[in-house]
Formats: sequence, structure tokens, C-alpha cells
Amino acid sequence: MKRFLMPVLGWLLAIETANADDWAVNLPVGVTDISILIYDLHMFIFWICVGIGVAVFGAMIIAMIKFRKSKGAIPATWSHSTLAEIIWTVIPIIILIVISVPAARALIQIEDTRGTEMTIKITGYQWKWQYDYVGEDVSFFSSLTQTSNEARQLRSDIDPRTVENYLLDVDHPLIIPVDTKIRYLITANDVIHSWWMPAFAVKKDAIPGFINEGWFQVNELGTYRGQCAELCGKDHGFMPIVVEVLSKDDYAAWLRSQKDGNSS
Amino acid sequence: MSATAADIQDSHDHHHGPAHTGIKRWLFTTNHKDIGTLYLVFSLLMLFVGGAMALVIRAELFQPGLQFVNPDFFNQMTTLHALIMVFGMIMPAFAGFANWMVPLMIGAPDMALPRLNNWSFWLLPCAVILLASTLFMPGGAPASGWTLYPPLVLQTGNAFPFAIFAVHLLGISSIMAAINIIVTILNMRTPSMSLLQMPLFVWSWLITAYLLIAVMPVLAGGVTMLLMDQFFGTSFFSAAGGGDPVLFQHIFWFFGHPEVYIIILPAFGIISQIIPTFSRKPLFGHSAMIYATASIAFLSFIVWAHHMFTVGMPLAGQMFFMLSTMLIAIPTGVKIFNWTATMWEGSLTFETPMLFAIAFLFLFTIGGFSGLMMAMAPLDFQYHDTYFIVAHFHYVLVPGGLFAAIGGCYYWLPKWTGHMYNETLGKIHFWLTAIFVNLTFFPQHFVGLAGMPRRIPDYAVQFANFNAMSSIGAFGFGFSQLLLVYIIYKCVKGGDKATAEVWDNPEGLEWTVPSPAPYHTFDEAPVYKPRFEDTH
Repeated sequence: MKRFLMPVLGWLLAIETANADDWAVNLPVGVTDISILIYDLHMFIFWICVGIGVAVFGAMIIAMIKFRKSKGAIPATWSHSTLAEIIWTVIPIIILIVISVPAARALIQIEDTRGTEMTIKITGYQWKWQYDYVGEDVSFFSSLTQTSNEARQLRSDIDPRTVENYLLDVDHPLIIPVDTKIRYLITANDVIHSWWMPAFAVKKDAIPGFINEGWFQVNELGTYRGQCAELCGKDHGFMPIVVEVLSKDDYAAWLRSQKDGNSS
Repeated sequence: MSATAADIQDSHDHHHGPAHTGIKRWLFTTNHKDIGTLYLVFSLLMLFVGGAMALVIRAELFQPGLQFVNPDFFNQMTTLHALIMVFGMIMPAFAGFANWMVPLMIGAPDMALPRLNNWSFWLLPCAVILLASTLFMPGGAPASGWTLYPPLVLQTGNAFPFAIFAVHLLGISSIMAAINIIVTILNMRTPSMSLLQMPLFVWSWLITAYLLIAVMPVLAGGVTMLLMDQFFGTSFFSAAGGGDPVLFQHIFWFFGHPEVYIIILPAFGIISQIIPTFSRKPLFGHSAMIYATASIAFLSFIVWAHHMFTVGMPLAGQMFFMLSTMLIAIPTGVKIFNWTATMWEGSLTFETPMLFAIAFLFLFTIGGFSGLMMAMAPLDFQYHDTYFIVAHFHYVLVPGGLFAAIGGCYYWLPKWTGHMYNETLGKIHFWLTAIFVNLTFFPQHFVGLAGMPRRIPDYAVQFANFNAMSSIGAFGFGFSQLLLVYIIYKCVKGGDKATAEVWDNPEGLEWTVPSPAPYHTFDEAPVYKPRFEDTH
């Protein structure tokens, strides 16, 4: 009995944890101070909308129940009230002011690229990314992995569920150090792309002939996955982004090995 | 036949029918009722053409992996689905309502420019056939999304100039129709109806017509600049030549944002006609509703870059567009509150038009909430170009715009045909549609927030469950609309005879003419008396 029970429990547990992701309904909290700020603001506004919805939908539902002709309701004849118009104009204005203050503050923080410790140049290509560690002479392309690429071919008959991190895995991930304010410059080689990392709450368009700028600082080690977020042609859905966040020491060692690789 | 001076001099018992019969009648008609019918039938057909493309999209997205189409064709479907639904379905639908109902509502014998009216319509099938034909050209149809961003759109094959020309034709059709509507409303209204006394549907079309004239030429300019860059060596949108791809986005969205209000304002107008009738109570805040509509139209000009928060806009720009976009929530909210107040202490019945109008109130409001969230620029960095956006605009366009059009259809079908439609079938159609539309689009909020970008033919495995739901919903929604076609067909053919009033004491000049409305109405200007002193 026990011989069967353990594997079954193990399997059920695997389904539990595997499926938790499959029913995700919300933004990730993420691993940067900005992503947490954005998540909190998102939830704040969400609950305000729920509150307004409850009030407004509540009034509609009560009206539909109480004032039915089949219940003998006699219609009133009033049809305007300047006071009502003022009240339901002013209250929404107040709500908007309340929302706009934290939003404006967040925006100012996001646009503040001062005090960055390193710069990475990101270039979008049809259909892959190129990463360039500015000043370090390290640069490489980052493309969808072979296994994903085979499975995604039309009528490949390969079940995507058998491919690990299907469509979200690359051959050469971007490697960065934790707890470091990193500036990114982003451009494109051909058409407009967009670099989106949900866990960092970073999304910026890559525009050919122009350079955009932003920053992120990741608080936690780990591997994070994102995708191109601007239609860029047939393989727009097949040029993912993977970032591996290492400790500062591990990052320094990796950077050295890349440079040694270059010079040999 | 257009209403000539001689006709108006005739005694109003002398009714002329159509000048031709058969195909010629429909090709050469200048009668606003015939042209309204042409627009509406065309739009219903386009619902299924654009809908079929949506089903190709949803079939591919039913499961992870690519089963049916290659990615480039998928993008062609995405692009044409939107262009056909926006320019071939929803805009012509509301133009059809304008043609049928505006002259009736203001006591005019026809539109001011009846021959222009005919042209405005017949441009549409030509434009749509041209656009659809690009599917069969080398390189296929445009696959850049309906937003046509360069440089990507310049990678379109032979189809490119034909697609641009089709967009021009669609724009010209709208501009001519808009001119016609403004001239009709301002000049041919019965003298006893002041501007502020006009029904909300007429007001909403008056304002929409000004929006159309203001922004369709801007789209025309933008796509012509694309044509120039492609064929005549200019570099408006190419950095190498000193231009900027983002310039196109500014031009496109300066058109594009007012465009979405062009789509929704007539829908608002229809809702403002339906709810008072089935509440047996006048529209609450008639004047406030007019001012709110005008405010929305004005504000729609100064929010366009909220579609562009991720292009690398300076902080001041992001701040301005965030705040101006939030402002639009105010007059929109005012309208929702006024509709609710119309129902409050009314005497409600729930015939099919009212069901669609109430569903509009609930579901458009949900679309409005996601819109408010997207207005917050820092949040939009996470939402932009994801399925959260797709969910938002489908909620405002489908249970928003389309439900208003379908509701208006049920509401005025008896006036147009002289028969009541089958109420039981109408209710079945409503519930099937309402349930499936939510099954289709609500889960898209979830996958968008969870990380799924838009305009992709295949996705990571964690998005599979909600995508499967959405695809099932889409097929259910699509096939349920066949019931609408059947209901309309049966109603045209026969049914319980409709009275002039059709409903329970509705307000409006259209209910003072017989059902079906005679080919020529109001050859003499009627006397309009507002029903309540209250409604000024």
C-alpha cells in the first residue's frame, strides 16, 4: 500500500505546484522595489474599482429588482437634478486625485536613472536579442532554444508540455549582479521591438535609430523570463528574454570568464 | 428618389415608392431608409467575415503549439480581423442607424445630400473587397497589426499600396457621411425642435460627425506618408533619413484615440434611447448627458499618447497623458450614473433591447475600469501590449459597441419591418451572447496580467487553461450570432403586426410614423412637442 501511496502523493503534489502557475490571475509582485511599488499601486486601484463597481452595479441590481413593472412599480416623473450631477462629478474627481498622487510619484522614481553602476545595451533584432556590456567588451546574441524552436514549428507533433520553459528559454541568457542599479540602453536593428521583464516591471520599446534608457535593480537571485512586447514580424512570439541574477562575486567571475574567452 | 421640391409640394398622401426595382433599386437608391438598410446588412455580413478571422485566431490559440496556421498568416488574420471589424462592421453599423433614424428623429424627409449618401455606402464594399483581396497577393495581407506601425509595415509585400488605398476609401466614406449628418441635423430639423431638445442619439451622431471630420484626414495623412516612405524616397519614419518611427505612432493615435470615441458615442446614443423607453421614465439629466458627450469628444483629442507610454517619452509627456486620460473617466462615469438614475424609480420591463442595454451598462463599465487602470502610466508598463489590453478593448467594443448596435437593432426592427421579432428567440440570443462573450474575454485579463503578450500565435504552457476557455467562448459567441441572422430574417418575412408606437408609450418622432415606416416620411415638417417640461 505504502509503495503506491508515496508516488501518488508525490504526483498530486507536483500537479498542485505545477498547476498553481497555470491559473495565475494577477501581476507578479516581482523582485525589484519598482515592481513591488507597481504591484501595490495596481492592487490599490483594482480595489477602488471593485468598490465603485459594487456601488454602481448594486444600484442597478436594486433598481432591476425593486422597480419592475411586473411588481406594479409606477414610474416617477423626475428626470434631472443639478445637485446629483455635481455630486457624482466631484466624488470621482476626488478619487482620481487620490489615485494620481502615488502614480505620479512612482513615475518620477521610474524615470530617475541617476546613480547607476553599470550599463547594458540591448538591441532588438528580427528575431532575437543582443546584449552588450558597455565598457566590458562582452557581447552576445540571445535566441530561443533549439528544443523550443523545434517544438513550435507548425504541426511539429511535439507536445509543448514536454519542453522545459517552452518559448521562455534562450541559449545565452542575460547575466546580471543582484543589488546593483543597472542602466539599460535599448535600440533595435530593423523594426520596433520591446523588452519586457514582468518580474522587474520593465518594458521599453526598442526603436531602430533611437536609443531609449531605463534602469532596474534586482533584489533577489534567480532566473527570470520575459518576452518581446511589440509586434515585430512573424517570429514576434519566439524571441524571449531570460535574465539570470547572480551574486556580485559570481557575476564578477562570470564576467572575467567571458572576457578571458574573448581574448584567447 | 430624392425628395425634390416638387415632391414636398405634393400632398402628403401621394407616396412614391422606390424609383427602381431589384438590384438597380439598391445600387441607385438615395433614400435614407434604403441606405440605412444597406449599411446594416453590410455590417452584419462583415461581422461574420471579421468573426471568421477571429475564429482562426482563437482556434490556433486554443492550445499551446502551432496546429493550424503559420505565424505570418496568423498576423495577417490579426490585422485584417481588426481592420474589418472597426472599419467594415462597427462603424458602418452605426452609420446605418444614423441613416435610418436621424431624419426620422428630427422630422426631416431625408438626409441633406442623398446622392453623396449613396456613394458613402457603396465605397465600403469596394474598399473591403480590395482589402480582403490582399490575402491573395504575393506576400499576403498586411501583417503589422491594424495599427500599421513602421518600419514593420514597410515589410508588407505587394499588398501594401492596395491596403493603403483601401484605408483611404474607408476614410473618404466616413468623411462624406459625417458631412451629410452635420448638414442634415443643422439644416433639416423640424423648426419646433431646438438643438438642446434633440434626442441623445442625434446629439451623439452630431458630435461623432465632427470627430470624424477632424481625425479621418489625419489617418489619411499618416498612411500617405507611409506610402511616400515606401515608394517615393521620403524618410518620415526612418531614422537613417532623419525621420522617426514614433512620429507615425503620434499621427496614428491622434486619429486612433478619437476613433474609439467615434465608435462608442453612437453606441451611447442608442443606449440613451432604449433605457428610458423600457424604464417608462425620461432620460435622467438630458442636458448633462449632452455636455458629458461633448466633454468626452473634446478630451479625446488630448489623450492619444497613452497608447505610447513605452516608446521612451519624457517624464512630462507621460505625466500629462496620464492625467488627461484619467479625466475622461469623469464624463463617462456621469453617463453611467445618469443611465442608472433613469432606471431608478422607473417601471422596468426586460424585453430584448433592454437586456442588451443593461448588459452594456455592466460590461462596458468593466471595460472602463480596466481602462482606468491602464491610464496609470507606471501600471501600463506592465499592461501594454499584453492580453490585458486586448481584454479591455474587447470589453468596450463588443459588450460595449456591438451590444448597443444589436440592442438598437431589436429596438427599431419593428419600426423598419412592421413586424415584431420573436421575443423568446431574442432572449435566447441575448443570454447565449452575454454568457459566451464573457467566457471569451474575461480570462484574457488574467493571462495578460500573468505575462502573456498580444499578437502571438503560440504561448508558454502556463497560459493554456485560460486560453482554452477563451477559445471555447469565442466559438460559442460566434455561432450564437447565427441566431440573430435567423431572427432578423424571420422578422423581415413576417411576425406579429407592429403598431406605430411598437413599445409602451416611447418618446420620439420615429414612433409617430406607421410601422413599417413609409418610404417617404415627414414630407412636411412635423410639430414637435417635448413630452415633459422637465426634459430641457
